Amino acid sequence: MKQKIRTIGLALTVIVVLVGLQRLLQPKYMGQVIEGAFIGEYYKETTPHDLLILGDCEVYENISPVALWEEFGITSYIRGSANQLPAQSYYLLEDTLRYETPRAVLFHVAAMKMEGQDREAYNRMTMEGMKWSSSKWNAICETKMEEEYMLEYIFPLLRYHSRWQELEADDFTYYWKRDIVSHNGYYMRCDVKPAEGFPAARRQASYHFPDSSWEYLNRMEALCREKGIDLILMKSPSQYPAWPEEYEAQIEEYAKEHNLLYINCLEKQEEIGLDFSKDTYNGGLHLNLYGAEKLARYLGGRLQEEIGLPDHRREEELQRVWEQKCGFYYEQQEKQEEELRTCGFLKQFQ
Amino acid sequence: MAFVSYEFLAFLAVFVLVYYVLPGRFRWMVLLAGSLLFYLASGIRYIVFLLITCVSIFGLTLWMERIHLAGKEEMKNQGMKGEEKKAFRAKLKKRQKHVLQLGLFVNLGILAVVKYTNFAIWNVNQWLHFFGGEGEFGFVSWALPLGISYYTLQALGYLLDVYHGKYEAEKNPFRLLLFLSFFPQVVQGPVSRFDKLKETLFEEHAWFGQRICRGMERMLWGFFKKLVVADRVAPVVMAVGQNPEELGGIYVLAGMLAYTLQLYGDFTGGIDIAIGCGELFGVELPENFDRPFSAESLAEYWRRWHMSLMQWFREYVFYPLAGSKSVSRIRKLGERFFGKKAASRLPMYIASLITWFFTGIWHGASWNFVIWGMVNGVILLASQEAAPLYRRFHKAYAFSNTPVYHRFMTLRTLMMVSAVQMFEYYASPLTAIRMFGDLAFVWDIGRLFDGSAALLGITLADFAVLFLSVPLFCLVGAIQAKEDIRLWVERKSGLVRFLVWFGLFLAVLILGVYGQGYDKQNFIYNQF
Repeated sequence: MKQKIRTIGLALTVIVVLVGLQRLLQPKYMGQVIEGAFIGEYYKETTPHDLLILGDCEVYENISPVALWEEFGITSYIRGSANQLPAQSYYLLEDTLRYETPRAVLFHVAAMKMEGQDREAYNRMTMEGMKWSSSKWNAICETKMEEEYMLEYIFPLLRYHSRWQELEADDFTYYWKRDIVSHNGYYMRCDVKPAEGFPAARRQASYHFPDSSWEYLNRMEALCREKGIDLILMKSPSQYPAWPEEYEAQIEEYAKEHNLLYINCLEKQEEIGLDFSKDTYNGGLHLNLYGAEKLARYLGGRLQEEIGLPDHRREEELQRVWEQKCGFYYEQQEKQEEELRTCGFLKQFQ
Repeated sequence: MAFVSYEFLAFLAVFVLVYYVLPGRFRWMVLLAGSLLFYLASGIRYIVFLLITCVSIFGLTLWMERIHLAGKEEMKNQGMKGEEKKAFRAKLKKRQKHVLQLGLFVNLGILAVVKYTNFAIWNVNQWLHFFGGEGEFGFVSWALPLGISYYTLQALGYLLDVYHGKYEAEKNPFRLLLFLSFFPQVVQGPVSRFDKLKETLFEEHAWFGQRICRGMERMLWGFFKKLVVADRVAPVVMAVGQNPEELGGIYVLAGMLAYTLQLYGDFTGGIDIAIGCGELFGVELPENFDRPFSAESLAEYWRRWHMSLMQWFREYVFYPLAGSKSVSRIRKLGERFFGKKAASRLPMYIASLITWFFTGIWHGASWNFVIWGMVNGVILLASQEAAPLYRRFHKAYAFSNTPVYHRFMTLRTLMMVSAVQMFEYYASPLTAIRMFGDLAFVWDIGRLFDGSAALLGITLADFAVLFLSVPLFCLVGAIQAKEDIRLWVERKSGLVRFLVWFGLFLAVLILGVYGQGYDKQNFIYNQF
């Protein structure tokens, strides 16, 4: 009996030490890089959403869910991350459907051109935050890079063990509890770096989207159809020349063929009211808060008009929840604007 | 499939499970299946070389045995006696020798072609340039079959043992194949002898928890040496070795010692993993190291370092050469010039230098290794010649028996071994000689603090880990000198045992250099 207790005690010690170390060594995404926390923050949501936004940086940096709420009463959440592949967007949709069934899914089509991931860190930031399910398993299996191992997703300690040399104060501050850093998946940036133009796009050998992208777009479309969800395709506005006519034609044709709404905001920049000397924080590639609010206002109008997304602003429960979200949003905005006034830049992101 | 990979650990776990689940008589077959799978993982086509070696050695040893048995039968039937019997035996031995020569030719030929072709081409090109020739021969791009240097030695050892009648030839080709390809040892040894290894390799081992634990402990210690120490010091070795112009002076000493530490951690760690793996299956592989850096002389060091290889060269190259007719003829010739006493040493000199030449070239197909081997040989012979002087010195001065003097001798041997290794460490022997000059005359300790230390490619924390590992190795060595450290740990209380092994596990898990490493910059989104 004594021996059994001792063995159980030792086994528990081993588990506690390993779990404790894993928690300490995993990046917290509370400082300069916060994008890795976005996907996981979704599970803290307490109320459902009418609109789920999926895609890469051009959704989580360019659309403000708070503006969608304030202007149209649309409840939305962005499940987007850096270089998020169509396959990952599909599995995030599958994952989201375990918790709720939104009325519409807006998929950002820029990632259709991507054949595979080009940096392991982006895969990590996208998939690590997902809760374990068959969706996460499949997402990892199908998008992991050659040098990545499933085992390192199951036991992140194996991946981050060498961080012991780079531990920061944040690793201890946020050991037990992490702050919310996004605004329903939106990455707030109030700084301004006007667009100065980009070099012309290079000619490519092929303009056909890879088969894997089509496969996952088809699966997304089928899943949405099965669940009665409206799938909307969207291309975000940007000054970066990464959306040639050939891409546009393929998406237009697909949308037509499947009777989907396709909103190409590249062509609507004037209508949206974007001014790339003020509405971008990185020279015209991504929008800042002011641009993201303009884009949200434009999208909200169209979605309400064409999809019929309802206005929830009179629902008490939602009103209470979103009031808190708006409070946090404006508090952060004020903080950033104040910092910009005093320092001229945002310390957190330097 | 590298020892330090998730794939290998998964592969090992599966095979340990299958090994003990199947009935005893099938267990060696599981090892064979595992070994072939392990081998195939390195490339399907390379197994052809292994199979040629196995088939040729199997066939030729049986042939030699048949000659022997048939001859014995004939001698018995014809009632041969005295001189007739002796002459007939000599005839048989000659026939067996031809078979042996065929075996040596085939297997050394394969090794020579796959391992030394580019070395030969390089030398021919150098001669062509020397004589003003234009153009040169192109190099071949053959990859070396996994473990060919090791399994060829084992195969030749087996062939020679059967020739000398030390034991009978194996009648089952698959057992011989397992002996040659046993996966824990095929990559980097130890070099086993068939008669010794077969005692445990083909035995029907039952599950024995304590042995499994001991195997895992040995593997863990090997992983520590390899991942925490050898791979951590690797950037220093690479930086100094590849930048002799920038990192001279004091950094030559740093690189030299770092290379010794890396080699020690990598090689002894790899052998610990191999022996530990063997223990999981109940197979006892020979020890390959016996605290090499406790040696007080180079000769002692070579009795403690890579023991199985040195034993192989001693047994199958040095002794046959020293006792050969050709060397004997040279000795007789030498008697005319140097006198009988001095010439009596000639066989040992010649055999020793030839053995070191082969030891060197076996380690690597370049002049670096040949020179490294020859320098070792020359120092050993010089030490042997100077032995009477040492003895007189030790008798005359009492302090030579003090612990301080013994520590000095150990340190001197370490420095000597490290210095000679510079021939294999630097890209060319000439660079190595130039860096010896740096080591002797250009210390310039100030360079350690002028910022150039950043070129070494490790952090202060890495350095601290390395700095703490050395005393740990010394402590383990000191305990090992008295008894097996695992037995020493086993005698401690449960809590101490837990702390030791779990601590070591955590050290490997956290401090080990494996995986992709963490670079914060990679996580910053900058796809502009």
